[in-house]
Amino acid sequence: MSLIEMNLPLIWLFLIGFFLLYYAAMDGADLGIGMISLFSKDEKERLLLMESIGTLWHSNQTWLLILGGMLFGAFPMFYALLLSSLYIPMVAMLGGLIFRGVAFEFRTHARHRRLWSLSFGFGSLLATVAQGFALGGLLSGLEVVNGRFAGSLWGWLNPFSVLVALGVLFGYLMLGANYLSWRTEGLLQQWCFRWSKAASVITLFISIGVYLWTTARYPFMARKWVKVPDLITAGFFPLLAGAAFIMYFRSLRNHRAFATLLYNFAIVLLSFVGLSVGLYPYMIPNVIASPITVRQAAASPQTLWTMLAVMLFLLPVILGYTLYSYRVFRGKVENGYNTPDASRDRDALERRTDL
Amino acid sequence: MSGFADHLILSRVQFAFTAMYHILFPVFTIGLSLYLVLVEALWLKTKEDVYYRQYRFWMKVFLLNLTMGVVTGIPMEFQFGTNWSVFSRAGGDIFGHLLGFEAAMAFMLEATFLGVMAFGWHRVPPAVHLFATSMVALGASLSAFWIMVANSWMQTPAGGVFKEGRFFLQNSFESIFNSDAFWAFSHMWTACIEITVFVLGGISAWYLLKGRHVDFFLKTFKFALAAAIVITPLQIWLGDGSGREVAETQPTKLAGIEAHWQTNPPGEGAPWNIVAWPNKDTQRNDWAIQIPYALSLITTHSFTGQVKGLREFPRDDQPPVALPFYAFRIMMAVGFGLFFLMLWTLWIWYRGRLNRENLPGQKKLLYAWMLALPLSYLAMEAGWVTREVGRQPWIIYGVLRTQEGATSLPAKAVGGSSLVLAAVYVFLFAVFLLFFRRILSKGPELRDPDR
Repeated sequence: MSLIEMNLPLIWLFLIGFFLLYYAAMDGADLGIGMISLFSKDEKERLLLMESIGTLWHSNQTWLLILGGMLFGAFPMFYALLLSSLYIPMVAMLGGLIFRGVAFEFRTHARHRRLWSLSFGFGSLLATVAQGFALGGLLSGLEVVNGRFAGSLWGWLNPFSVLVALGVLFGYLMLGANYLSWRTEGLLQQWCFRWSKAASVITLFISIGVYLWTTARYPFMARKWVKVPDLITAGFFPLLAGAAFIMYFRSLRNHRAFATLLYNFAIVLLSFVGLSVGLYPYMIPNVIASPITVRQAAASPQTLWTMLAVMLFLLPVILGYTLYSYRVFRGKVENGYNTPDASRDRDALERRTDL
Repeated sequence: MSGFADHLILSRVQFAFTAMYHILFPVFTIGLSLYLVLVEALWLKTKEDVYYRQYRFWMKVFLLNLTMGVVTGIPMEFQFGTNWSVFSRAGGDIFGHLLGFEAAMAFMLEATFLGVMAFGWHRVPPAVHLFATSMVALGASLSAFWIMVANSWMQTPAGGVFKEGRFFLQNSFESIFNSDAFWAFSHMWTACIEITVFVLGGISAWYLLKGRHVDFFLKTFKFALAAAIVITPLQIWLGDGSGREVAETQPTKLAGIEAHWQTNPPGEGAPWNIVAWPNKDTQRNDWAIQIPYALSLITTHSFTGQVKGLREFPRDDQPPVALPFYAFRIMMAVGFGLFFLMLWTLWIWYRGRLNRENLPGQKKLLYAWMLALPLSYLAMEAGWVTREVGRQPWIIYGVLRTQEGATSLPAKAVGGSSLVLAAVYVFLFAVFLLFFRRILSKGPELRDPDR
C-alpha cells in the first residue's frame, strides 16, 4: 500500500506515457493516412482511404482528450506549462484536427467532395507538423522561472525541433502506410508497401539523429552512457528498438502486412521508452532554470489515488469495447464499405433477423 | 499593465466565444441521442417502418451536429492549459481529473459506439445496434455530468484546501458532489432535452406548414409535445431550485443577477426588479420597476426573508450587474414562454385539432414552435452568461480571481489565435447551416428506391 502510495507519480507517469503512445500509434496512423491521401490518384481512392478509418479515427482521437485530461489531473503543473509554452503548435494542432474531423461528415453532404478530401489531407498534415513541433519544443527544453513559462512564444522553433517534427511526420506516414497495407489489397496495397518502405527508411535515420542530438544537448543524459549501471538501462531500449527495426524490415520485405504493423508499434514503443529513460527524471528537460522533476509536477496523492482507482476499472472496459469495434469492422476495405444507405441497411438487417 | 489587461480581456473573449459556440451542438446531440434510443427501441418492439425511418432521418441531423460538437470541443479542453495556465495549476488537482474522467468515461464510450451506430447496420444484429445507440446516448449524458461537476466546482469549490496558491484534494466525493453540482447538472441536462424538444418540434412545424411528409413529422411533433409536458414545468422548478442554491452559496451572484443593492431590513421584504438600470458607481439602480416582496418570496419562500444586497460586499468582489441581470431575465422569459407554448398546444390537442387534417391549418401555433427553436438556444446561452458572468470577479468562487488565472501570453498571440479561431468557426457554421438545410430540404427517405 505505502509502496504504491510512494510511487503514485511514477505510476501516473507510466499511464500518461501509455496514453501518449496509444494515441501516437493509432491516431498517428490516421493522420498518416490523411497525408498519404493527398497523393491519391483519384477521388475514389481518396474515399477508400477515408473509409478505411471512418469508424476508428474518432475513437483514436479521443485518446488525445484522455491524454490531455489525465495529464491535467495528474500533473497540473506540467499540463499548464506545456500548453502555455507551446501555444502556437497547440493552436495549430487544434486547427488541423478541426479540419481533419469535419471532413468525414461534411464530405457526405458536399457537392464539391474534393474540397473536403483536401480538408482531410491538409488538416492531417497541419496536426502532424504541429504535434511534431510540440514534441520538438518540449525536448529542446522550456524556459521555466518560478514554476512559470518565461521563454519566447517561438521558443519551440529551432533546428533541433525541425528534425523532431520531420521524424514525427515520417513516423506517422510509416504508421499510416502500414495500417493501409493491412486493410487493403491489390494495386493499392502494393502502392502502400512502397510508401511504407520509403517512409520507414527515412524515419530510421531521423530517429537515430534525434536520439544522438538529444544526448548531445543534455549532459546528464550523455553521462548515462559512460557509467556502467546507467549504461545498461539507457542503452537497453535503443538496442531493442534497433532489433525491432530489423524484424520490421524483414516482414515488410515479405509483405506480411499485419506483422509489419505490429513491429511498427514495437518501434514506436521502444524508441519512446528509450528516449524517456534517457531523460528521466526530468519531465521537462531544462538547461536554463531548475528542472521540474516528476514528483514536483504531480497532483496531490488523493487525486492520484482516485484517478488510479477509476482508471484501473475503466481501462480494461475501454480496451474491451475498442477491440469489439475492431472486430465488427474487420476485413479488407472496399468502396461503399461505410456509406450508409437507409433502405439497403434495413434490408440487410431484415435478412439477418430472418436467419 | 495595459498589455496585461489586453491579453486578459482577449483570453476571456476567446473562452466565452469558443464555449458559447461549442455548447450549441452538444445540447442537441445529448437530447437527440435519447430520442434515437426511443425510436429504435420502438422500432424493434413494434416493427413499424416509420420508427426506423425516424431513426435514419434524425441520425443524419445527429451526425452533423455531433461533428460540430466534437471538433469545437477539443479546443475547450486544451484552452485551460494554453490561456488559463495559472488556473489550471491551481485547480488542476480536481478540475483536471474531472476532465480526464469525462474523456475516459464519456467521450470514449460515445466515440467508439458511434462507429457501430453510424456504420454497423449490416454488421451487427438489431439488438446490438440498439445497445450501441444507447451507449452513445449514455456517453453524451455522462459527459454533460462531468462537465457540469467540473464547472460547479468552480462555483462552489469543496473537498479540499487551498494553500501555496493551489488546491489540494482531500475528499473526492465532497468535491464531486459539491453544493452546486446537483442543480447545475439537472438544470443543464434538462435544458438539453428541452432544446431538443423544441428543435424537433420546430423543424416538424416547418414541414407541417409546408405540408411535406405530414404523417412523418406529426409523429415527431407529438413526441416533442409529450416530452414538453414534463420538461417545461420541470425546468422552471429546477431553475427555482438553482436560484435558491445560488442565494445560499454565492450571494454576490444572486444580488448581481437581481440588481439588488441594499439588504432588506428585518421584517421587510426585498422587492424583485422586473426591469432596472443598475449603476455600479452609485451602487444603486438609476430606475427600476419592482414587485414588492417578490425577491424575498422567490429566494427564501417567505415574504420577509433576508436577501443580502451587493453593498454588503467590497466593490472589488462584486460581479458586473447589468449583463447577468438582463441575461437572467431573457432566460426566464423564454422558459415561461416555452411552458405556455406547451399549454397552448395541449389546448389545441384537447380541441381535437392535433391531427393530419387540422394541424397544418394552425399557422400561428406552428410559427410559434418555429420561433421557439432559436429562442430555446437563446435561453440556454443567456443562462450560461448569467452563471459565468455572475461568478465574476472569481474564476474559482471566493478563491482565485479571473485576472490571476490567465497565462500572461503576449496580447498579439491571443488576439491572433482568437481571430483565426473566429474565422474558422464562422466558416464552419456557414457550412453547417448549408448542409443542415440540405438535409432538411431533402427530407426523410420514406420509399425504398428498389421496391
